[in-house]
Amino acid sequence: MPTNIATWSPPVNSVVGDALLVAKKDLTIEFRTRSAFLSVVVFALLGIVIFFFAWDSTAVSAADLAPGVLWVIFTFSGLLGLHRSFGVEHQEGAIDGLLASPISREAIFLGKAGANLVFVVAVQAIAIPAVSLFYNLPLGGIALPLAGIAFLAAIGLVAVGTLFSAMAANTRLSELLLPMLSLPFFVPIVIPAAQATAKLLSGRPVVDAVAWLKLLLAFDIVFVAACMLAYPFTLEE
Amino acid sequence: MKPTPLSIVAALAVVVTYVRAIFFTPTEAIQGPAQKIFYVHAPAAWVAFLAFGLVGLASVLYLWLRDDRLDRIAEASAEVGLIFTTVVLITGPLWGRPIWGTYWTWDARLTLTLFLWFIFVAYMVLRGAIEDRDMRARYCAVLGILGALLVPFIHLSVYLFRTLHPKPILLKPDTPSLPPEMLTTVLLAFGAFTLLYAALLRARYRFAVERDSAHRPDSHHA
Repeated sequence: MPTNIATWSPPVNSVVGDALLVAKKDLTIEFRTRSAFLSVVVFALLGIVIFFFAWDSTAVSAADLAPGVLWVIFTFSGLLGLHRSFGVEHQEGAIDGLLASPISREAIFLGKAGANLVFVVAVQAIAIPAVSLFYNLPLGGIALPLAGIAFLAAIGLVAVGTLFSAMAANTRLSELLLPMLSLPFFVPIVIPAAQATAKLLSGRPVVDAVAWLKLLLAFDIVFVAACMLAYPFTLEE
Repeated sequence: MKPTPLSIVAALAVVVTYVRAIFFTPTEAIQGPAQKIFYVHAPAAWVAFLAFGLVGLASVLYLWLRDDRLDRIAEASAEVGLIFTTVVLITGPLWGRPIWGTYWTWDARLTLTLFLWFIFVAYMVLRGAIEDRDMRARYCAVLGILGALLVPFIHLSVYLFRTLHPKPILLKPDTPSLPPEMLTTVLLAFGAFTLLYAALLRARYRFAVERDSAHRPDSHHA
């Protein structure tokens, strides 16, 4: 894994360029093994199926249920993927190679988070059509705004989740600690995202969801910045 | 641990407050005796948020100054804050059942307090999950700061979601809408709980100092 970093000479030491390199490394590992992505997609599909059987379709309409299904599934499948993010770095001490490379800590964080963002968005790209299909909800004109909400929410989920994944990977209770740390932070993402999704699915115009989208955007800005600044403090000094 | 002057004063203040609250403060006309729990609930909520604020402040200062004392303050404040948050979450539903007709409702401030409790618990679990002292201090400081950033977002999102909680009675622009006898008792309760918090914080801090010096017999300064 560290070979492409070791052989790479930094011509311009830009944070974005370095971050892209780290993201590319993570995505290459994921693309070659596909282990996490396939299991998370199957997990998301199983979640959609189980929700279907817990659902009384005569009492609750599909449009009322779908936002809950989507956001519960994104939250938990996101956690599964995020846990892997720093888990792989701790196998065979790969993290040491990463930290020894001439890349700033902020760039490492942005790269890891960028790869996780691609991962979560890819899961969403399968789960949203799957919910539309299984719950017989034609998305039609709302597909694009829905994708926008999902993307805004994914940024926040990934920023917080990547930082906590880095922290949890160093502790004794990593697989338990990540959800404990992350889920309270996911609440101000899931509430606006699910509310905005519900507005769109009930046929309201996008304007009605703008207040929620502003909240999501504010969360993204504050927590991407805060998590990036906090990340260097979670490393050995 | 020997009682300190602070802990004695705090205990006395709590006793005086509740003797006054139960025997010398008029019973509220509509809510009846159930309203008395307000003298525990509101000051406990104040201390819960105060404790949380101190964790955030000590966390920022720790990452800046790297002083172990700041880490111990954050640790002590989080643990004491968790107790007070638990008190808020127990007394609230006890009052809610007779007055609102339900133990729990997803009101903005209830939800916020519940999440405060979750963050405090996660903070304590994180502390217990790391052996290395410097790493534990740094990780907990990061969580303390992010938690402090999170509170306004949870507040805003659950407030937009729905709210049912009584509007602020004490801290509002015009004069407080409480009868003077009740107001005195409430202010006393806030003072007593703040003293109690300070006393518990100090005791918990002393405990952390002794534990750390016991773990490192080679160093004599705490």
